[in-house]
Amino acid sequence: MNESLHLWLIPLLPFAGFLINGILGRRLPKSLVTTVALLAPLGSFGVVLNAAMASGAALPHIEAFRHSWINAGALHIDYSFVLDQLSLVMLLVVTGVGFLIHIYSAGYMAHDEGYARYFSYLNLFLFFMTVLVLAGNALLMFVGWEGVGLASYLLIGFWFQKPSAANAGMKAFVVNRIGDFGFLIGMFLLLGTFGTLSFNVIAAELAVKPAWTGGLLTAIALCLLIGATGKSAQLPLYVWLPDAMEGPTPVSALIHAATMVTAGVYMIARTHFLFDRSPFALLIVATVGAVTAIFAATIALVQTDIKRVLAYSTVSQLGYMFLGCGVAAYSAGIFHLMTHAFFKALLFLGAGSVIHGLGGEQDLRKMGGLRHHMPITFWTMTVAVFTIAGFPPLAAFFSKDAILYAAFLQGTSGKIFWFIGLVTALLTSFYMFRLWYLTFLGERRAGGLEDHGAPVHARSDTKLVLESEHPVHESPWSMLGPLVILAVLSIGGGWIGIERFASYLAPSAGPLSVEAGSASLEWTLAGLAVVAALLGWFIAHRMYSARPETPERLAASMSGSYKLLLHKYWIDELYGAVIVKPILATSRFVLEWIVDVAILGGAAWLLGGIATLGGAILQRWQSGNLRSYAAWLTAGAAVVLLYVLWAYSPASLSAFFNHGAGH
Amino acid sequence: MIPISWYLLLSAALFCLGVVGFLIKRNLITVFMSIELMLNGVNLSFVAFAHEWHLVKGQIFVFFVMVVAAAEAAVGLAIIIAVFRARSTLAVDRIDLMKL
Repeated sequence: MNESLHLWLIPLLPFAGFLINGILGRRLPKSLVTTVALLAPLGSFGVVLNAAMASGAALPHIEAFRHSWINAGALHIDYSFVLDQLSLVMLLVVTGVGFLIHIYSAGYMAHDEGYARYFSYLNLFLFFMTVLVLAGNALLMFVGWEGVGLASYLLIGFWFQKPSAANAGMKAFVVNRIGDFGFLIGMFLLLGTFGTLSFNVIAAELAVKPAWTGGLLTAIALCLLIGATGKSAQLPLYVWLPDAMEGPTPVSALIHAATMVTAGVYMIARTHFLFDRSPFALLIVATVGAVTAIFAATIALVQTDIKRVLAYSTVSQLGYMFLGCGVAAYSAGIFHLMTHAFFKALLFLGAGSVIHGLGGEQDLRKMGGLRHHMPITFWTMTVAVFTIAGFPPLAAFFSKDAILYAAFLQGTSGKIFWFIGLVTALLTSFYMFRLWYLTFLGERRAGGLEDHGAPVHARSDTKLVLESEHPVHESPWSMLGPLVILAVLSIGGGWIGIERFASYLAPSAGPLSVEAGSASLEWTLAGLAVVAALLGWFIAHRMYSARPETPERLAASMSGSYKLLLHKYWIDELYGAVIVKPILATSRFVLEWIVDVAILGGAAWLLGGIATLGGAILQRWQSGNLRSYAAWLTAGAAVVLLYVLWAYSPASLSAFFNHGAGH
Repeated sequence: MIPISWYLLLSAALFCLGVVGFLIKRNLITVFMSIELMLNGVNLSFVAFAHEWHLVKGQIFVFFVMVVAAAEAAVGLAIIIAVFRARSTLAVDRIDLMKL
């Protein structure tokens, strides 16, 4: 295609927004800050839409810049943006949902002192996220990958005055570093194997060698998987995501639910040609996904902080996407990524609206009965809850079933994965309806229910906790508008159907093979999933609506497992004891005392000592006494003179004088 | 015709007198005069050689030395006055700090 789609504008507009609001934001009037902040993602979204309309069948569209980035011997890396079906879908989600969340933020953060700073970070995030999505080679993707990590760090620690927020930001950054390390090693292996990092070139090279499987490709795929588990909060690197809820709620919605955390899934889909060649790596991906899905879902059962429930739910849903990728149904994984972006953003924004309306309260046990006070939030949240639970004809029903169906067709291990996914669907339905009942139905329990040994995460999310007796109110329309739009998308987002979606994505994400299945099998599995969702709803209804005293009795009778879940399997404590403490101890004893104090300190002390000693000796010549200088000068001149005399042999000198005397 | 070695011996004697005076005298003005003595000892050997070999270069060099010596005398005497005003002494072994 000759015409340019101006892909470079997509990341550049948010970057311009970042620069304007980041540098001038404090001095500009608030309305101007809002305008700039909202126009940037809107412009990007417009460019993406334009590209979507214009490109038609001409994908992939590659835009490479004239100047290459790195030229070193045989290594050539350029700035190239690739627009194919995969990145187009992802871009629509990122800029579209991103724009909605920008609007929401304008209402949610209206009273915050750091208004301009917040929007500059948010725009910065969009810049890096679009770079990540558009990148045509692994290194450029890595730039975006690290950049969204940076933006995530800045926004988690947005209220840096709170130590817990600052620590959560650092935790996210450090845990992500571990994953990034895997990504880097994977890139080095790619460079060593293919001599290039360009996705297209690698895919083309693999295409002409169909017999090449396993071995090195498995190693590369597993390294990339480590990177993906870090960014997408999968086992064993998921621990940062629940803590990331310290950030403002719109940030949790945009970065830690809808877009950034799905970057790992996107990366696997983008490099699917590598994973396709390694059945072992795919099995690991599917296992990680399935185990994470059920693991996080069980933790979500007992959490009492509304945002933490949603955070574990996100981890669990990301597990589904990994499961989808792991059974080579990449388009199903991306399909779920898309619907998840809609309903999880909606859930978070709805939760933000609840928190906003309650003046900063996040504890589920202190909510209840909010449906009368916040009708629009209630109805949109209801849509989201029914969607995530998997009821037809809502979006997640289609995407989740596509993954489970694809898993079921993958032999024995696939049947196990399918079963785990089905149980997870039951658990998901249960904890989401639990949240729904506790928040919106029943009677208001503000300050009610006493603490039964649970850690209370009653942090103030916004700066709105000025008066604790804040009257419950519905949120402004800048917040409700995005909720309504996302609710519509959550309802209809799945109607395109997995077949059409998969055939659209097939050129860039590989075909979805369902030859082994049949329509009747698909319907049976879908029916089972709906039964699981209904069962979860039924249990939640029994426990939290019909007989509200059941949960406490149950917690008391199964205190062991209840505590295990409440403390999140003590994973944080385990990591603390097994990894953090030894590293700290090593740093203190080996690095601080031996390396720093003994070796480096000793070397510095030795050098300083030599200099001091030299100075002590040499300073004797610098007495300041003019006559001693003169004496040295004379002595030196005498030495030079004697040397000259000796060098020009005494005979010639005496001959000269004799000659002179002879006159 | 006086042989050149006589001029040179006189030049060396003047130079050595200057060196000795430079080394042993305490008064800054005397030290300064010793420097002039050394310069003129050298000048003498320049003109002696110039005369011996009928070359004008040596004579020209002497003019340069005299110009430099004059400039040096002007600057040096000004410094000596400044030092005396600050310290009330011109004994070189008591002027041993570069700050006031």
